[in-house]
Amino acid sequence: MQRFPCPFCGLRDEREFHFVGELGKTRPDTSGPVSDEDWAHYLHMHRNEKGCVREVWMHTTCAELFAMERDSVTMEVLGTTQLRKDAS
Amino acid sequence: MTRHAGAAIDASRKLRFTFDGRAYEGVAGDTLASALLANGVRIVGRSFKYHRPRGLWGAWVDKPNAIMEVSLKGSELPNCLATTTTLEDGMEARAVNAWPNARRDIKGGLDLFSRFLTAGFYYKTFIWPDWHLFEPSIRKMAGLGSVSLEHLDDYITDQSHDQCDLLVIGGGPAGLAAARESAEAGRDVVLVDDQELIGGSAYQAPDIEEQYPEDWVTSQRAAIETAGGRILSRTTAYGVYDHQLVALIETRAFGQTPRLTRMRARHALLATGAIDRPVTLPGNDTPGVMSLTAAREYFHRYGVLAGGCAALISNQTDAQTALAPLQAAGLEIQALDPADPDLKIAGARQTTGVTLRDRHIPADLVLTSAGRTPMVHLWRHAGGKLTWSDPLQAFLPDNQLGWMQAIGAANGTFDTDTTLAEARARATGATPPADQPEPIQPLWPRPGAKGRQWIDFQHDVTLKDVELAARENYASVEHLKRYTTLGMASDQGKTSNMAGLAAMATLQGKEIPQVGTTTFRPPFVPVPLAAWAGQHQRQLYHPVKRLALEPQHRDAQAALCEYGGWLRPGWYGAGEADTRIAHEARTARATAGLLDGSPLGKIEVMGPDATAFVNFMFYNTMATLKPGQIRYGFLLTEGGIVYDDGVVSCLGENHFLISCSSSHVDGVRGMLETWRQDGNDPDQIFVHDLTMHWATLTVTGPQARDIVETLGLEADLSSDALPHMRFATSTWNETPMRIARVSFSGDLSFELSLRSSMAPALWDHLMGETKKIGGTLLGIEAMSVLRAEKGYIMVGKDTDGETMPHDLGFTIPRAKKTAPFVGDRSLHTETANDPHRKQLVGLTVPDGAPPLATGAHVVSDAPRRSLGYVTSSYLSPNLDRPVALGLVENGAARLGEEVTIWHDETLSKATITAPCAFDPEGDRLHA
Ligand SMILES: [Zn+2]
Repeated sequence: MQRFPCPFCGLRDEREFHFVGELGKTRPDTSGPVSDEDWAHYLHMHRNEKGCVREVWMHTTCAELFAMERDSVTMEVLGTTQLRKDAS
Repeated sequence: MTRHAGAAIDASRKLRFTFDGRAYEGVAGDTLASALLANGVRIVGRSFKYHRPRGLWGAWVDKPNAIMEVSLKGSELPNCLATTTTLEDGMEARAVNAWPNARRDIKGGLDLFSRFLTAGFYYKTFIWPDWHLFEPSIRKMAGLGSVSLEHLDDYITDQSHDQCDLLVIGGGPAGLAAARESAEAGRDVVLVDDQELIGGSAYQAPDIEEQYPEDWVTSQRAAIETAGGRILSRTTAYGVYDHQLVALIETRAFGQTPRLTRMRARHALLATGAIDRPVTLPGNDTPGVMSLTAAREYFHRYGVLAGGCAALISNQTDAQTALAPLQAAGLEIQALDPADPDLKIAGARQTTGVTLRDRHIPADLVLTSAGRTPMVHLWRHAGGKLTWSDPLQAFLPDNQLGWMQAIGAANGTFDTDTTLAEARARATGATPPADQPEPIQPLWPRPGAKGRQWIDFQHDVTLKDVELAARENYASVEHLKRYTTLGMASDQGKTSNMAGLAAMATLQGKEIPQVGTTTFRPPFVPVPLAAWAGQHQRQLYHPVKRLALEPQHRDAQAALCEYGGWLRPGWYGAGEADTRIAHEARTARATAGLLDGSPLGKIEVMGPDATAFVNFMFYNTMATLKPGQIRYGFLLTEGGIVYDDGVVSCLGENHFLISCSSSHVDGVRGMLETWRQDGNDPDQIFVHDLTMHWATLTVTGPQARDIVETLGLEADLSSDALPHMRFATSTWNETPMRIARVSFSGDLSFELSLRSSMAPALWDHLMGETKKIGGTLLGIEAMSVLRAEKGYIMVGKDTDGETMPHDLGFTIPRAKKTAPFVGDRSLHTETANDPHRKQLVGLTVPDGAPPLATGAHVVSDAPRRSLGYVTSSYLSPNLDRPVALGLVENGAARLGEEVTIWHDETLSKATITAPCAFDPEGDRLHA
């Protein structure tokens, strides 16, 4: 069982967390036309890298989203940071 | 039989027990196995497939066969391994997989057919016409014991979490030395050992550091505890999981539940020792064939000499020295050349010795070892790599993991003094001196040899089965395992894997490390499932959410059931449920009904960007909503699938209340938070879940207004002032109250929301007024009937994982809404535009026909295939006929069409209609 450090609450059990998605994925602007390919890419194509991955997670008990960098092979957590851009 | 001195036993305390109905006597400190051995019992079980007699190979966990069903004082447990079950007075043991008993097993005749039961037998034989025809009788034959349900009733285990600086796994010489060194250096040390008497192999040595083994162990133990270290005996580290979690299971007295500990160890030392490998030669499964180490353990720990006259077949150079104390106690030993290809073990039910060409060497015990296999299971669980040691003919941890290191025999270090030096060095973070192990002669199976040579002793996998698997190209060790069941015995290959993969290596002309090992997976020893369940069962499995008004519902004789995670009234009153539900549904339409709708979601969204945000979250346009207005809408996933439905109330400028489904509140809140924080400026939007803070009571029915008017609110409740889909705010008993004209029944309805602490007073008032006019309390079941009469959906019941909003008849936002919203683009893919999509319809049956079964399929006639299915079906008390909803291909265009329904092998007819069956004009709703 893994443990993740929530930037707000500290080290907590994995059962309190919810995976949101890969970090840095941009939603196509749907106020204009979006091709099938672009939309399918956004919905279904994930980098799914071996090794260092950067992801968005939610700590469900405090409901805050944060970015986590971890190793998808060793499961080692390399770091977590607040998601908001002005975070110091 | 006289007992010798044994470190674990107290020979003066006699314990009575039975095995397969016969009475025996053991002593305190015995295991079931050592007591049986002391009584001269040689056959302790039967193998799994051929029911061949099985004796004692090992003395601890390396024992694939002696599995017993044990009962004591009303407790009965299947799958007790005789070698690890501590004997208690009055135990009744029975060999599993043997009937009527292990000595005389009726299925023993199966062995005569063994040439038909070769590798891959199940795959080859039972594939036609259908495995399920054979499964029941095979399962019956295959069982290992039966579970006593009575006993499991209160078999609830404790679980705890713990942490330490250094976890030492194994309390033999290596573990003890390391734990002491580390504890005395001030570290927080925990030592676990799976035996009651810690010390591991220590008792086999004549002395350790010039002390008797017992004294040496006692002094290490005292030193560890004095330095603040903790020692957990009878505790097995059975698995290593992510982030350095080591799972520990502590066994207790028979019948008491084990205890599970999740230990977070910053560092770990693996001192789990090594076990003997069986020698693969003809007849090597005969009772009386025992591992070298087991004979020493039975003697030194339990004071039992396993026989009187032993043949020794081993490539271990120190074997004879090691057996010297047993020899001194009277065991005759004749050593044989282990490499001689003509060795055979003689005897059927019990060994009579060894034959060597025309020579017979009489013996009642054959001690064998083909070398020692370090116990590296936990190392592999942790993700550590193995290296092949040619001198030791064994896989060893490469010790490159960082947080965990192996010491002692688990690391291939067999010499005691070298072990102690290595353990103490590792305990303090130093590098131990390099060990120069004495090489052994390889002693592996010889494919092509004559006679039946056993590799897996529980599953009866022979060398010939491995040869067959290789011929049929099941050559990878993972395929070999599954094809032959090699290593799938309850010892999980501890005794069989090395011989199996060595045989495969020879057959393929490869070296052993080229063939590799199968994956080591937890648990290292069998762990009862109850240990993982812990307290998470029955009411605590998934605790229900409770209503503020639960006492009031109980007073009103509510049948409380779980609905979407909430404990809610299904219906009220004693008597048959169907009658009660029909009565409530009928009365609510005749006069009025009162429903506790408190679980309804109440999520507030506010802040400068709230309007744009809510408009983005919903399929329906919410940006045009004015304060006081309410609008129905859908929340979609980005894939365009309906996730939830609900109403949005505009409380003020940039201030909304989302009433989502009761069971989806947590999910909807998570969805809102995710989009708020990832994709928006979180300082401009705030999301607040008030579901638990506000109670909601719904008054519905033609006389609902009369009831609500008795509250004397200043708000105007008339249809002109407060029409359908509007709300008003007021106060009641000086408490803010919201009155919303929202209806799930299709009748005039008022949803009254106020803070939860005031709910009992409001409930009492409304219940009194409802009763006064002949109205009813309304449970969820009757409400489900009312909404089905109206064709109102329940998301997740009347929708599935493919349903999009236009499938439910809500087409306008898809065509007209220009602002982006979640899932928008997915509503315009080829799949979304498919004319054959399943759409929501109503289904009626011919006069007099019974209600359709929920889940019944609408089918085409030729060729027969499913066109959709029934999602909701009830006998409507108000229409006095069945009503049903369903999802049917292109259903909206097929109104009036007669269709065929298939259910439970029978066909019937139904007609597709609009979903709404009651008051389609909506006059009652707008009253
Ligand atoms: Zn948190």
